[in-house]
Amino acid sequence: MKITRSAVAGTLESSDVFVTVAPSEDGLSIHIESVVYDQFSELIRAAVSETLTRFHVNNAVVSLNDRGALDCTIRARVETAIRRAGKGEG
Amino acid sequence: MLRSLLFLPGNSPNMLINGDILGADGIIFDLEDAVAPDEKDAARILVRNCLKQMNLKGITVIIRINSLGPDEYWKEDLDELIPFRPDMILIPKISEPEELKTVAEYISELEKKSGLKEGETLLMPLIETALGVEHAFSIASADKRVAALFLGAEDLTADMHCVRTAQGTEIFYARNRVVLAARAAGIDAIDTPFTDINDEEGNYQDAVFAKSLGFSGKAAISPRHVKAINEVFSPSDKEIEYAYEVLAAIEAAAQQGKGAISLYGKMIDKPIVLRARQVLAMARQLKEKGGAFYE
Repeated sequence: MKITRSAVAGTLESSDVFVTVAPSEDGLSIHIESVVYDQFSELIRAAVSETLTRFHVNNAVVSLNDRGALDCTIRARVETAIRRAGKGEG
Repeated sequence: MLRSLLFLPGNSPNMLINGDILGADGIIFDLEDAVAPDEKDAARILVRNCLKQMNLKGITVIIRINSLGPDEYWKEDLDELIPFRPDMILIPKISEPEELKTVAEYISELEKKSGLKEGETLLMPLIETALGVEHAFSIASADKRVAALFLGAEDLTADMHCVRTAQGTEIFYARNRVVLAARAAGIDAIDTPFTDINDEEGNYQDAVFAKSLGFSGKAAISPRHVKAINEVFSPSDKEIEYAYEVLAAIEAAAQQGKGAISLYGKMIDKPIVLRARQVLAMARQLKEKGGAFYE
């Protein structure tokens, strides 16, 4: 899926994550800010990468502000942001 | 067994992730009123992922979809969630049996596409319009998927042009009508939630009253109301003991070739035996479930 515009999903509430997905011409770049960065940043990065792969996103800037979201929430918010950012694209 | 059904807002992870430990027999993942129109997509995806990750064994999973309307959110809700096998779909503002059939047919298509057994997703129409109350029995018997009627008093009283009160006098007729329609169709009836989350005694009394009318369970919008609802809709030790005595008495009478029998001076007739069997069936279900909130 081609990311054609910037889109956001999620909130800054506890147990949620605020995700921004923006277009890029230069591959994938993932930025993570998290209240549990030291413990879980690699798992968060893996969840984001897997979701991007599932939607065949090869070029995007993805930023997360995580407030202790579980894996299912992170994947849901990233998917929502991707789908919003690529709306109209296949 | 649906004594308590707890609403959880579909786009609030901090509430959804604890849904499996709040003691409710059923969880209603709400995609309708609790979700803003521009967040419907996010809620569907979040609820779908929660269904995949949460341990919901022993809990009836219910999705409240959006009402039938020109935006067709309800179809998108079902498209996203039916493949993940929720037990039941709560359909808002059902006023006519044809509306229910429209949803049932669409679910059949999705079940086929997803390789699921056709008919495995049950339906619970929300009766929350004056017309819905008047059509309650035809809605209850419109499709074999319908497992319960759910009375929604907030929208109903708005439709009736009256004020919703804690006493609930204004919904007395609707409550009776919904219970009778559901029981006539051989299905369950679920009572409207008590909306003052800080009034725990009010919730308890409302549940006691609903049970006395014949409801099988009651919805809650706060986890704080769940325990009281479970207690009210569970058979008491005294009821269970009496049910055993009734069955023992009829067995003894049968062995002695007696027709009419009495227990504590009261004649034991067919409805009393039926009630005793219902009490014991529910007690057995609760025991299998772990006896939570009734022992």
